[in-house]
Formats: sequence, C-alpha cells, structure tokens
Amino acid sequence: MRKFVDLHLRPSINNLSQVEKMLKRSSDLGYGSVAMPLPPNIPREKLYRLKNICENVGVDLVTRIDFVPKTSTELLRNLRRFRRKFEITSVTCNSKGVARQAAKDRRVDLLAFSTGFPRKRFFDNAEAKLASRAEGALEIDMTALLFLYGFPRIRFLSSLRKEVAIAEKFKVPIVISSGATDASLLRGPYDYSALATLFELPIPLALRGLSENPLNIVERNRKKLSSGYVAPGLFVVRDVKHCLDV
Amino acid sequence: MRKRYLALKVESEMPLGERDFIRTIWNSILQLFGEYGASQTNLYLIEFNPEDGYAILRCSHKVVDMVRAAIATITEINEKPVAIHVKRVSGTLKSLRKKISGRK
Repeated sequence: MRKFVDLHLRPSINNLSQVEKMLKRSSDLGYGSVAMPLPPNIPREKLYRLKNICENVGVDLVTRIDFVPKTSTELLRNLRRFRRKFEITSVTCNSKGVARQAAKDRRVDLLAFSTGFPRKRFFDNAEAKLASRAEGALEIDMTALLFLYGFPRIRFLSSLRKEVAIAEKFKVPIVISSGATDASLLRGPYDYSALATLFELPIPLALRGLSENPLNIVERNRKKLSSGYVAPGLFVVRDVKHCLDV
Repeated sequence: MRKRYLALKVESEMPLGERDFIRTIWNSILQLFGEYGASQTNLYLIEFNPEDGYAILRCSHKVVDMVRAAIATITEINEKPVAIHVKRVSGTLKSLRKKISGRK
C-alpha cells in the first residue's frame, strides 16, 4: 500500500490546537508523513511538543524550512546557516536570479513559485534543466486551486499545465502538496490526483507526486543528515574503535 | 452506460440542506468543465444524510475524476466553510454500502 506524504502543511505553529486538528485530519485522510515549515530558530521544546503531537496522532513529522529570498546571495547565506537543521528545504522563487540559483543548488529540495502572479513563475526549460541536474523538485500547492476563482484560476491552471509539461520533458520530479492553512482546506490524496488532471498531470504521476517523489526526498535527506554520512554514496559503516576490537 | 457510486463525507459546522448541497456540486462542475462537461456527468444524488454528513452520488464511470475534482474544489456552501471528501468509489450501490458500513 502506498504511503502518502504532504510536504506542505501550514498551520500556525503557535496555535497547537489547530496544529493537532490539522494533523488529525491529515492522518484521517491517509497521509503517513507530514512536513510543516518551521521558523529557523525554533526552540527545541516546541519542536519536541510538535513531534509528540505527531506521534499521538500517528503521523511522521518532517521538519521543513521555507526561504523567500530577495537575492541569490541571501539564498546562499540562508542555505549555509540553516540547511543542516531541517530535513526539507524549499525556496519560493520571486525573481529569476533566485530561481536559477535555487535550481542549480543541490541543497534545495523544492522549488516553489508564486500562485497569484503567473509572471513570477520562472519554471521554464532552462530552470528545469538545472533542477534536473541538481535533483530539485517542482512543488505544486493545491490550496490555490481551491480558493482561486474565475480568471485567476484559469491563468493558474494554464501556468501549471505548461510547467508540468516542462517538468516531464526534463524529468524533474513533481511534488504535490496541500499548502493548507486550515483543516477545511485539506483534501485526500486521491482527490488531489483528480484535481491534478485539471492541469494534465496523469493520475499515476500525480499519485507519485504525493507518495514516491516526496518520500524519496525525505529519505535522501535523512540519510544525508545522519551521523554516518560522508558524501553521496559514501557512508561510515563502522568506526575505527569498533574495527580494532574485532 | 456504466455507472459509479461515490460515498461522500461532508464536513460542515452547520447542517446543510439537500438542495443547497447538490446545487453547489452542480455549480462547481459547471464552473470547472462548463455545460458540455456537466452534461457528460449524469449526476444524481442517491442519498443525503445531513446528520451523519454522508451522501451518495451516482455518475457516469468515464467522468469520476471530473466529478471528484469538482467536489474537491468546494470550500463553502451558503457562505459557510465546508469540506467534502470522497470516501469510496464503487461500481454498485450494494458494494458501496458494504464498504462504507464499516467505516462510518
């Protein structure tokens, strides 16, 4: 059976009852893992409390940081400071310079773009080529599809259709997230996959964007953050002390 | 023509009327797929239980994803927040009832 992942749940972290409500709803809808964007300097106690809530609800918590940098220098500075503190790094690209830097940087897992302004969506062929080399993924937040209405939704669907075609051409993984700020905006994975057909993402690929693609990112990053990791493909299996004992 | 039966869970703070419920679904389908798309759905409300928040819809098997997408985009009915989730899809009403009886 597939394990579904929602990499973008956005409750207010300070409102723990809302966090619990949303996590419960996610669990009921069939998600096994959930990522929440956390502030860069989140106190440890708060993180433990969030992890406790997740354990009680039966959902695996994935820590995530969202960067919305104005320049590529700011992005690089933020990545240097916070990358190893969180399991997932997402960059909302509001300028072309930031988008290109984020796409070619291996530390960036998810590329997100503005939903309200189609001209600020910089996911073109060049961007996809860079993202494909750096193993970055395109993140699509589905909440915008629920609250946009009329012409803005038409424009949004049109942008998504183009981006999905480009992502498929350059084999950039697509990650479908809820982006929900409230429990009433959450939908089940099969409902999201049905919604994804609106921008011509076939259902099997949409389901992959809700399970395998995000899971691969989480597993890859957890390996990277583990103590035994040295470089891609290189892990410490046993330390020197242990070898001498043997 | 083959049909599909959809079991829906309606989450709303206020009890909803059957007419408002089906009208909202039709409006959502019309908005997303237009009159041509709506004409292909053969949508019919079989059962609506406002107390439990359960409903059963019937549609053509070719347009299940269309109907599902339209239902997912519903966020309010009569300006009150609502979420509608498709719980199960089945080819016969009997098997759908059997599947959801254990989940209620």
